[in-house]
Amino acid sequence: MLRARVTITLKQGILDPQGDTVRSALAALGFDGVADCRVGKFVLLRLTESDRAKAAAQVEEMCRRLLANPVIEDFRFELEEIP
Amino acid sequence: MPRTLPAEPRVSPEVVAAHGLTEEEYAAVRAILQREPTYTELGIFSVMWSEHCSYKSSRVHLKTLPTAGPRILQGPGENAGVVDIGAGLAAVFKIESHNHPSFIEPTQGAATGVGGIIRDIFTMGARPICLLDSLRFGPLTQGKSRYLLGGVVAGIAGYGNAVGVPTVGGEVAFSESYAQNPLVNVLCLGIAAADRLFTARAGGRGNPVIYVGAKTGRDGIHGATMASETFDETSEERRPTVQVGDPFREKLLIEACLELMATGEVVGIQDMGAAGLTCSSCEMASRGGTGIELDLTRVPRREEGMSPYEVMLSESQERMLVVVRRGAEETVRAIFGKWDLDAAVVGTVTDDGMLRVLDGGSVVAEIPANALAEGAPAYRRPAVRPAWLDALQEADLSTLPPPGDWGEALAALLASPAIACKRDIWRQYDHMLYLNTVVLPGSDAVVLRVKGHPGGLALSTDGNGRYCFLDPYVGGMIAVAEAARNVTCGGAEPVALTNCLNFGDPTRPEVMWQFAEVVRGMGDACRALGTPVTGGNVSLYNETLGRPIFPTPIVGMLGLLEDIRHATTQWFKGAGDLVYLLGETRDELGGSEYLKRLHGREEGRPPALDLARERAVQEACRAAIRSGLVRSAHDTSEGGLAVALAECCIPVEGEPIGFSGSLPGALRPEAAFFGESQSRIVVSVRPRQGPALEALARRHGVPCTLLGTTGGPTFTLTAGGATLRAPVEALAEAWRGGFAAAASWGAP
Amino acid sequence: MRFGILVFPGSWSHQDFQYMLGDVMGFEAQVVWHKATGVEGFDCLILPGGFAHGDYLRAGAIARFSPVMPAVIRFAERGGLVLGSCNGFQILCEAGLLPGALLRNASLQYRCQWVHLRVESTATPFTAALAPGRILRMPISHGEGRYHADAETLRRLGGEGRVIFRYCAPDGTQAPEANPNGSAEHIAGICNAQGNVLGLMPHPERAAEGLLGSEDGRLLFDALLARVPG
Repeated sequence: MLRARVTITLKQGILDPQGDTVRSALAALGFDGVADCRVGKFVLLRLTESDRAKAAAQVEEMCRRLLANPVIEDFRFELEEIP
Repeated sequence: MPRTLPAEPRVSPEVVAAHGLTEEEYAAVRAILQREPTYTELGIFSVMWSEHCSYKSSRVHLKTLPTAGPRILQGPGENAGVVDIGAGLAAVFKIESHNHPSFIEPTQGAATGVGGIIRDIFTMGARPICLLDSLRFGPLTQGKSRYLLGGVVAGIAGYGNAVGVPTVGGEVAFSESYAQNPLVNVLCLGIAAADRLFTARAGGRGNPVIYVGAKTGRDGIHGATMASETFDETSEERRPTVQVGDPFREKLLIEACLELMATGEVVGIQDMGAAGLTCSSCEMASRGGTGIELDLTRVPRREEGMSPYEVMLSESQERMLVVVRRGAEETVRAIFGKWDLDAAVVGTVTDDGMLRVLDGGSVVAEIPANALAEGAPAYRRPAVRPAWLDALQEADLSTLPPPGDWGEALAALLASPAIACKRDIWRQYDHMLYLNTVVLPGSDAVVLRVKGHPGGLALSTDGNGRYCFLDPYVGGMIAVAEAARNVTCGGAEPVALTNCLNFGDPTRPEVMWQFAEVVRGMGDACRALGTPVTGGNVSLYNETLGRPIFPTPIVGMLGLLEDIRHATTQWFKGAGDLVYLLGETRDELGGSEYLKRLHGREEGRPPALDLARERAVQEACRAAIRSGLVRSAHDTSEGGLAVALAECCIPVEGEPIGFSGSLPGALRPEAAFFGESQSRIVVSVRPRQGPALEALARRHGVPCTLLGTTGGPTFTLTAGGATLRAPVEALAEAWRGGFAAAASWGAP
Repeated sequence: MRFGILVFPGSWSHQDFQYMLGDVMGFEAQVVWHKATGVEGFDCLILPGGFAHGDYLRAGAIARFSPVMPAVIRFAERGGLVLGSCNGFQILCEAGLLPGALLRNASLQYRCQWVHLRVESTATPFTAALAPGRILRMPISHGEGRYHADAETLRRLGGEGRVIFRYCAPDGTQAPEANPNGSAEHIAGICNAQGNVLGLMPHPERAAEGLLGSEDGRLLFDALLARVPG
């Protein structure tokens, strides 16, 4: 079976107050080596389609139409074989 | 004869003990069954006979509270209390705790608390229209307390806003005693047609029992027994038992259930809260004088391989059990299908009084429903006045070093998190939805109009744990009196209350004494003020590492306005008005916020309360409001007269209004400024209305003192030979900014 | 005027809009379930506030695929009046009827409070009768109201008079503290190129009675009464 691991992040340049807050919280814990932090979404999809190319095309379309908003978000995904 | 499934553990003495049943209770179980219970049956008894579900330690005391009155349509015993508010409408309301889950996971704990109490309200046939929260945390100087506060507020906001029930009020207080055991008490109120109320009774042999809402998972198994244990160092590792809330599904459930109720097919309905399917089924059967037979294979599930034990004890959220007339199954499916919710017939009503649970062909539990719902042992546990109380009460408060500057002392009190403006909390909650909120959060009571009714409702939650710690009887009385006073200041007549009683381990005689005394005090105040108790909730075992919390009764008071134009706020309305004090100021600093904040002491006797005086002061205030004299009315409570007057000067937004005046008499200044004498209300009137107010107060036999006038850039109060003076802008800054500073919440 | 108020699963302001438009203002106002496939017979559609589909994934992301939405889009393309408030604004952006997107508030917290709005443009019938620069007082109630659009879009919106409302201080100035959610250029409401589709984060329906603190929300609909007979 195929599983898609979809990562959705805010586009570069869009203010991410959550990311900024996480970065300062990390700094407060002593992790001062974080130059930048962006918080995104992670979606796991278990697919019934077994053909990799077809699955990739489907997931691409899912991202464009629903999972990500192209005005504010970028997405990428990987397909992996699962038992 | 029920069958123990091969996978089930054997019921050994260790297993019994792990379920929190005593040897005597286990013997009672065997006597009821006339045999040994199966593992599933043991689980069922254990949750139904837990403190949380059975009130076994508190029942004998709760029975002493007044519960009847001309307006009471439903007292304790159903999912919520119901009060007739006129115009054919009823107010359905209840307060409930979610303390233990909120300590383990504050956001989900608070969120599911909100979800649970909302279900209790719409179960009765009412549309929920508002929420109030009463919260207690440790000092905000501690990171853990700030974390819990942030998480709880986020949980209430996340759930309440999304589900579409506005959070219109509440209060929050801080004390070391809650540092490891925060309190999260949530009140919900709904409006129903007075002749269209629903109850949680299973009636009519052969009627289908239908499960509606979310699917069942392993969430919160044994949540009810968790709420009946004290915490130790391992509590934070128990996160998996905390349920997760889904406000979206709850919103659908509200709409679907109200739509179903409108069809006239519903016989009885109850939400699956603590102890889930177990509690809802046996309580509905017990109240209806019937039995229920369930087949667990038909229960919609989210996880695979769940045992009957797990299905019966799951506390998955957003689920309800409904009994409808035979033949209405399709109607139920159609309505729930429209809202994309599951509806499954999982059983039938029987007439043999048994809760019978089948798993496919085999019976896994068979117990008299009444024995589960009503048969738990009732304990009159030993109660002993704590030996340490005398020393605390008799602390010498006669010679307190005065502060360097009285104005700075006032600013410090206004900035203390207990007193400071809580706008930073309530603006995270939608508090305006449904267009009812006439008096917004921040004043003594929130006032809601009720559409289709000439008047409205006022609501307030209150309960001073420190007073109850220092004198539980007086503290119990004050909790009721102050909540009623707040509602009176909003322009309403207090008519009924719901309460949540938060205490420590009831097997400690000192805790049990506190409980009994608080209930005795509340009962006396309820009778004196004419406000019966319509129900609520008891939360015991609130302690960590052997330290009980302050005994904390939270009173949710409902007030009724016959005319919405009587809605009144605490804020001065303009310059040149006269400011009066109804009531009397005595030398009472025990248990005060001043003593705590400026001297670090939580000692002394709390202020005395004369119930006849309290009643007279409130009646006078209401009469003055109804006759149109009153421009503002504010209860004098934590922080005393100076804080109350300053709060009248400072609106949540906009320009503050100054005040200048004095309190006549020979009191020492700290008692005059900051003592917390009860039964006092600050009112302002137009200059020419002064004599009318004085005459009205005289008719009610209530002391009425002219304190001064509003206006100017300064706050000045003279008493006991001392003068307290501060720029009102500086006081406004202290009051408005104090909370964000203490909670380390940034702008905007 | 006949108003159709859309109801998605998770909407909650539809009742308030119905009360305001029907009971308070005397218009005909009817709710329309999101599975309806037609919106005939209405002069104006309202997309109300709430958490349609729980706002899961993104506010408005799932609602835009509701069965009623193609009809709403056709209605708008033919010049029908559409007003989206709060969650309704988010849905209109997700559906592409309005440009830009609404992000999580800069404070990361939900905000329910009174705000002041400056009328920036009369390019939509909802503000046609109002003087530009007029200050209105209305509540907001949202967690995701930070308006975002790319620089080019913002320039175009400004240039074409399509920014209808900006958050402001009571005196009309654009102080940073008067921007409750961190919106780009203080934008609180915008319209489409034709002016018939308006989206705004504030709740006009909550500002229709003196008892509740403001009647400014009515002005948006009073203007329509003057425009459309009946």
